[in-house]
Amino acid sequence: MSTTADVATDDTVFHYEEEPHHPEGGSTMLGFWIYLMSDCLIFAILFATFGVLGGNYAAGPGPADLFELELIAINTSLLLVSSITFGFAMLAMVGGRQATMQIWLAVTGLLGLGFLGVELYEFHHLIHIGAGPQRSGFLSAFFVLVGTHGLHVFFGTIWLVTLMVQVQKRGLVEANQRRLMCLSMFWHFLDVIWIGVFTFVYLLGVLQ
Amino acid sequence: MSPAHLDGLDETEAPDHDGHHDHGSGAHGSLRGYLTGFVLAAILTAIPFWLVMDRPLDSAQATAFIVVGFAVVQIVVHMIFFLHMDPRSEGGWTFMALIFTFIILVIAVSGTLWVMYHMNTNMMPTHEMDAL
Repeated sequence: MSTTADVATDDTVFHYEEEPHHPEGGSTMLGFWIYLMSDCLIFAILFATFGVLGGNYAAGPGPADLFELELIAINTSLLLVSSITFGFAMLAMVGGRQATMQIWLAVTGLLGLGFLGVELYEFHHLIHIGAGPQRSGFLSAFFVLVGTHGLHVFFGTIWLVTLMVQVQKRGLVEANQRRLMCLSMFWHFLDVIWIGVFTFVYLLGVLQ
Repeated sequence: MSPAHLDGLDETEAPDHDGHHDHGSGAHGSLRGYLTGFVLAAILTAIPFWLVMDRPLDSAQATAFIVVGFAVVQIVVHMIFFLHMDPRSEGGWTFMALIFTFIILVIAVSGTLWVMYHMNTNMMPTHEMDAL
């Protein structure tokens, strides 16, 4: 009642008689989804760039000479398994089983690190044999596209560790649950991008 | 009571929906959902790798089409079982954003490839021009 009295005395105040109820963080999931969609467009452009430059070998090595599909299969499985372990972590979170959730998050993080390790090994190997990003248009586009995805996984892993510490300190409070939901979407989104990478860059590249 | 009764369909949906909304719930999925998604994704990943690594099909073009087809299906599987996309979550706005992004994506990617392909075929490289 006091608020209605305030409105009556001060006519410069303008707001709804009954403020629409916005719980804290109520729009975070939609906002984060829109961020993911804009990130998706970044990758779309990088894929388009790769599509344009992917055939410009500059008399250098092509995909069939460079890519080892066994390695990519390992990387793909690491990322796919990390997707479901994150899913298990989210189920544990919903069930309020904090310790179980932390274990699944740790497993997810280790799988993410494994993915990064394999990718760094691949990049190091390519640069070592003289197939670095400056070698040809194809390799420039390749390193930018795959590297951008790798950077996302890297930052996702940092975020994951941060949230594990947060949960350890403050428990599964509402805010932490929301953050974990965002990271979960981010992580699954990266797996979706990886489907595009292993299909268009590696499989179709080797197929040519 | 009577207004609720008039648009009964909306009224019965709404409270349940909003309750979910606040906790950002409904986006967690279930154990069964994750396992289904995982098994489907594993199969949809394994087949394209097998097709390219062992080459059971002679035609590279046919293999490419199948591999891309599997990728599209796998992306949809991930969207449904891992990202829990559904046309009604957040009042349909996530789905709307997805459709919008998809349209922009198609325009940007197909437009780029189309224009650059024609640039490539219509522009003669300098060394060939010298030969004339």
